[in-house]
Amino acid sequence: MAARVDNLYFFLLGLTVFFSLLIAGLIVAYAIKFRRRSPDAIGAVIHGGLMLEITWSVIPLMITMVLFVWGASVFFAMSRPPAETLNVYVVGKQWMWKFQHLDGQREINELHVPVGRPVKLIMTSEDVIHDVFVPAFRVKADVLPGRYTNIWFEPTKPGTYHLFCAEYCGTRHSGMTGQVVVMEPNDYQNWLSGGAGEGSLAAAGQKLFSDLACNTCHRPDAQGRGPVLQNLFGKTVELASGERVVADEAYIRESILNPHAKITVGFQPIMPTFQGLVTEEQLLELIEYVKTLKQDTTNAQ
Amino acid sequence: MPSRTALLPPRHYLNDGYGIKSWLLTRDHKRIALLYLAGVTFFFFVGGAFAVLIRLELATPAGDLVSDETYNKLFTMHGVMMVFFFLIPAIPAVLGNFLIPIMIGAKDLAFPKLNLASWYIYMIGAAFTLWAVVQGGLDTGWTFYTPFSTIASTTNVIPAALGIFVTGFSSILTGLNFIVTIHRMRAPGLTWFRLPLFIWSHYATALIMVLGTPVLAITIVLVAADRLFRFGIFDPAVGGDPVLFQHLFWFYSHPAVYIMVLPAMGVVSELVAAFCRKQVFGYTFVAFASLGIAILGFLVWGHHMFVAGQSVYAAMIFSILSFLVAIPSAVKVFNWTATMYKGSISWDTPMLYAIGFIGLFTIGGLTGLFLASVGLDVHVTDTYFIVAHFHYIMVGGTIMGYLGGLHYWWPKISGRLYNERLARISAVIIFLGFNLTFFPQFVLGYLGMPRRYHAYPPEFQVLNVLSSAGASILGVGYLIPMLYLMWSLRYGKVAGSNPWGAVGLEWNTTSPPPTQNFLETPIVTWDAYQYPTTVEGHVA
Repeated sequence: MAARVDNLYFFLLGLTVFFSLLIAGLIVAYAIKFRRRSPDAIGAVIHGGLMLEITWSVIPLMITMVLFVWGASVFFAMSRPPAETLNVYVVGKQWMWKFQHLDGQREINELHVPVGRPVKLIMTSEDVIHDVFVPAFRVKADVLPGRYTNIWFEPTKPGTYHLFCAEYCGTRHSGMTGQVVVMEPNDYQNWLSGGAGEGSLAAAGQKLFSDLACNTCHRPDAQGRGPVLQNLFGKTVELASGERVVADEAYIRESILNPHAKITVGFQPIMPTFQGLVTEEQLLELIEYVKTLKQDTTNAQ
Repeated sequence: MPSRTALLPPRHYLNDGYGIKSWLLTRDHKRIALLYLAGVTFFFFVGGAFAVLIRLELATPAGDLVSDETYNKLFTMHGVMMVFFFLIPAIPAVLGNFLIPIMIGAKDLAFPKLNLASWYIYMIGAAFTLWAVVQGGLDTGWTFYTPFSTIASTTNVIPAALGIFVTGFSSILTGLNFIVTIHRMRAPGLTWFRLPLFIWSHYATALIMVLGTPVLAITIVLVAADRLFRFGIFDPAVGGDPVLFQHLFWFYSHPAVYIMVLPAMGVVSELVAAFCRKQVFGYTFVAFASLGIAILGFLVWGHHMFVAGQSVYAAMIFSILSFLVAIPSAVKVFNWTATMYKGSISWDTPMLYAIGFIGLFTIGGLTGLFLASVGLDVHVTDTYFIVAHFHYIMVGGTIMGYLGGLHYWWPKISGRLYNERLARISAVIIFLGFNLTFFPQFVLGYLGMPRRYHAYPPEFQVLNVLSSAGASILGVGYLIPMLYLMWSLRYGKVAGSNPWGAVGLEWNTTSPPPTQNFLETPIVTWDAYQYPTTVEGHVA
């Protein structure tokens, strides 16, 4: 991906150099060649030329349309993560980055990932807008409060890379930096087994699910007062309003914090809000737990 | 050519009444232009002083000269001062105000009292914002992004925003005044396609001012409502949307880029024509390019938000529209260049600025293509690449155009000539200082240095030192014209009505012009920039 971005960059650089030198060269050449030789001299009478106008409108138009398609295709590739990714949840706050790995490891301002595997960051903010920027991977995305945004990258070389907050977020914005540590798969496995101890993210979510008594209504057997959550993630849900929504991270988050916003068809709006009762990180644990519920039922069948 | 025995005309707008009251209550567009000149010059040097401190801090990677809090306030106030109180009013309110009525053969703008009111509104807005600065400043960035500006910042957001809100009305009224004046007050025979391109570009600018600025006003009101009364419009915790702010803000602030650069393009068209003594190549194309830019400029705001969680398809639309807006800009550059072909090109100071403008605007425009290419924008947005790009447009473009125009019309404004030699030297200093300041920033951005950083990793230091060194040269370059222009007011040679041997109605009246601009209303029977085969007829 970095190579695709750079190819476009260097093509544009060449284009910029070419046109800048063309214009600058012509200006300087004309300024010398046609410099005023007597105080009363005036320029030639030339009004314009339709062919020239068409030429220098159409050529830039064609160049820019090529650039548009090229830039768009790179962006499409950036926006579509592969089906199988190593997911890491990211919470930004003034002024630090918190990373939660699925296996339960938590890191601050440092992100360990293995080489050669696509990594997807699912990101949100606790306060203002931040932005994850890893220049070496040519990726950047705003991290927004109340929403989830994603980026993905596939590290190709072990090493340590800068991680910056690229959206101004207040006093210590320039201190909201960290590093991405890309490791050989073996080293990464060692690192994984060395950390944690608290159990996986989904396990933390499961504990929370029962601590908050979510499981009294959201039962796997369709006898509860709330919708069954097994197999929910990624499916299309039909709402009481007749609309259909895809059950993604944002939908689950909204259903926890603002349950009446989207009521599943056939259910009563009786769920209380959990706004203020769960943190952004706990929300991510719950989401990860709901995601794994999908697999549980498949196994049971 | 300056006449050897030239004397100032016995009666002109500068000696038509003396004393502070004759200025503060004037309805003469020329005097109001000078009131604006005082205002924008003050803010240019205040904003410049903040820039000097920013570049000093960034000379070393550690955040050692000022605290992070102070640094954030410095770049915020630099942006606010320069954008809202210098760049937006500079060319329209000073040069436009002075020249539009003269160029179209009118006695004044359509609404002289409203024009004076615009200046007072500008000054009241400026006073609020200065008060915010004196109270300790603000740290939101000139972009006021929510929810930082509404729930997190503890600085003087309200007074600063109020200042911008108030100043916006001066912009709207100026735009309104220009539109009515250009429609209704042209001299007999001065048809639309005989108008100087300066008028066309100001007409396009005025349309943006009138249509865009109200959106900024309502956006500021919403920010204030959120901040003071917790309306929550931009606060996700209560169902608001922080990204909505960015849509509203850029719906004004992208067109505002064209408020800043279109008038400079108008100036450059005049300069190229005058110093090549030649008609602008493709006059109609240049004229319509201004309108094209003004219209398309309203449709590209989303390119500021490619990484802000916008949908992929919205990004596609904004990307292609952004590429389209490059076309009329490119057309202008090609036409200016073609105008020079077979011209009678003088190397007087204003032409040096015009050449500087064309070169730097070309680089600024071409680097805009990097940012319109969505896949590449992701990497370079919010880095120093952006900072470099918009300074090439705003400083390399607008300020070059402004200084070129100021030098070109200075003999008309003041009646006197400045020191040409010193002026050429400082134009070259400014050009070199500018490039040394901002070119390294393109490289810094590509290497990944984020903008608005008070401290940075040490590997970026060399390029930052180059940039800071350039800034010190640039700063000196800007001080020199300030000095010799002031000096010329008293000691400069008397210019005569047409020192450049240029055509255009402004050169058909005395320097300085009489209060009513022309002793008798001119009747126009010629096209813009129509040079006769012998130039004598146009030297007064």
